[in-house]
Amino acid sequence: MTSTEYAVEARGLVKVFGQNRAVDGVDLTVKAGTVYGVLGPNGAGKTTTISMLATLLRPDGGEGRIFGHDVVREAQIVRQLIGVTGQYASVDEKLSANENLYIFGRLLGLSSKQAKAKGAELLEAFGLTDAATRPLAKFSGGMRRRLDLAASLIAQPPLIFLDEPTTGLDPRTRGQMWDTIRQLVATGSTVLLTTQYLDEADQLADRIAVIDAGKVVAEGTGDELKASIGTSSLILRLADTNETGEALRLIEQVFGVQGTPSPEAARITVPMSDADRVTDLLLAFRSAGIRLAELSVQKPTLDEVFLTITGHGVTEAEETTEEVLA
Amino acid sequence: MTTLAGNSLKPITPVSERRLKNHTSFAQTVANSLTMAYRGLVKFRRTPEQFMDVTLQPILFTVMFTYLFGGAISGSIAHYLPTIIPGVLVQTVITASVVTGVQLREDMDKGVFDRFRSLPIARIAPLSGALIADTLRYAIATAITFLTGIVMGWRPEGGVAGVVLGGLVVVVVAWCISWIFAFLGVIARTASSVQGISFMVLFPLTFLSNAFVPTSTLPGWLKWFTDVNPISHVITAVRNLCDAQPAGADLGWSLLGAVVVVAVFAPLTVRAYMRKA
Ligand SMILES: Nc1ncnc2c1ncn2[C@@H]1O[C@H](COP(=O)(O)OP(=O)(O)O)[C@@H](O)[C@H]1O
Ligand SMILES: [Mg+2]
Repeated sequence: MTSTEYAVEARGLVKVFGQNRAVDGVDLTVKAGTVYGVLGPNGAGKTTTISMLATLLRPDGGEGRIFGHDVVREAQIVRQLIGVTGQYASVDEKLSANENLYIFGRLLGLSSKQAKAKGAELLEAFGLTDAATRPLAKFSGGMRRRLDLAASLIAQPPLIFLDEPTTGLDPRTRGQMWDTIRQLVATGSTVLLTTQYLDEADQLADRIAVIDAGKVVAEGTGDELKASIGTSSLILRLADTNETGEALRLIEQVFGVQGTPSPEAARITVPMSDADRVTDLLLAFRSAGIRLAELSVQKPTLDEVFLTITGHGVTEAEETTEEVLA
Repeated sequence: MTTLAGNSLKPITPVSERRLKNHTSFAQTVANSLTMAYRGLVKFRRTPEQFMDVTLQPILFTVMFTYLFGGAISGSIAHYLPTIIPGVLVQTVITASVVTGVQLREDMDKGVFDRFRSLPIARIAPLSGALIADTLRYAIATAITFLTGIVMGWRPEGGVAGVVLGGLVVVVVAWCISWIFAFLGVIARTASSVQGISFMVLFPLTFLSNAFVPTSTLPGWLKWFTDVNPISHVITAVRNLCDAQPAGADLGWSLLGAVVVVAVFAPLTVRAYMRKA
């Protein structure tokens, strides 16, 4: 019965709220020691899925196993194997960081001394030592998120659920959270995270499940997923719009595809299948005397992923990632 | 700023080397409940303003009602004290037990409750912890009311033993009654509705009693109500204990009533709570 090869095995999980099938037959298989990303827009059923796997909600159908233990029948064992960092901070607002970690440590069976030491160790690890005794009301969003994650790590659980760990964080704090997640995996933990950002799932996760309206609509590695979605686009803005025609001709020559000029011809969008060809294009522009005002690469957005996979776009939570090169 | 989590995270123990069990022992249940009670006390220290109902209010009510009614009802402040002190005490402490339900509801709505539910702890611990911590609130309210009385010149015949016994009765009865509000707290939709419903029940019960006035002056129907009101029995029992009078029947009825409340509401509360926890 007990397996340690798979951290999570979910088969046909269902949760119904009234008429709303919030989770509608979700299958997930997460290999131990990996990062698994559940990608989906607001309301897709990510939090509900995690809640069932973390024993917080009872499934209305299907079954979930954590390291081989059933989430309903062996809930108390499952709780010994998981750490949960919810979408909204699950720490006590009225207490200090120290007090929060101490109480969670005591609840987890640490002695008073061990609980204090563990709390101090985690606060140090998450750069919160200076704020240890301050009331949480004075904490920034990022600090709260860090404390929340620290609280999930007290028992050093082999499986950690992170529900939208970086939503609402500034880019620097987001980068730090990514580093932390990588370190968690290095310690031997398995991480199941949810996100609304394709980029984030791509950066962190070994495998990704895309969910929409309670169903898994695509599953695979980041590369597999992207290959099914399409490619990044190269966006060019010319210094002189009179040269648009010549530029389009060169683009077709180098990339073998049509560029699309924007209505006022200020921007040209080119599907970029091979990033290496960009060098050739730039050289061709240089020798033709075409000058660029701006050059950027746009990755496929979650919106485009959804459009491609489900045939309908994302209504909320759009994300455009633009990496400006010049 | 420090790098997040540095390299200081330690390797975890593999799943195969962990000792896992699917039940919670009684010893663990007690330990978890005490930790939850400790959490309640830390909150007490952090937010003293939330505890004014057991600190300032007893002082305010004792002083206010004594000076307001003392002359009119008993002829003098000093003569009124043996009547009013147990009255205000029972009213204050029983009113304080409403907070058990309100805070439980608030707690269950907070994110931290989700964390408790995801931990391998006794399911009942947040509830039992809250009930344990609240006995301390009742003890504080009791001590403060008695002290205020003594400062104002109250000299109970029953001495230290009588006063301590009287105080104990109040704390025990309030604890039993707090199960009613804990139940409301578990089933209600919002904390404010718990507060609203509870006070609607408690105001008539505590004021329409023998807490402030001798019931002999009241019109027939009201006298009947105050005489059967269980709060009146508790107050009489506490008065008699403090005054070195036999408290037999009233004490018996009070404790019996309290036990019945627990017998009815504890199972209801625990069932409703476990369904949500
Ligand atoms: N407790 C609940 N009661 C009723 N509906 C809910 C509840 N929790 C979530 N839902 C609904 O279930 C759907 C999925 O929600 P959720 O799992 O929170 O999505 P996500 O985390 O992907 O944003 C949404 O339509 C949401 O409104
Ligand atoms: Mg969510």
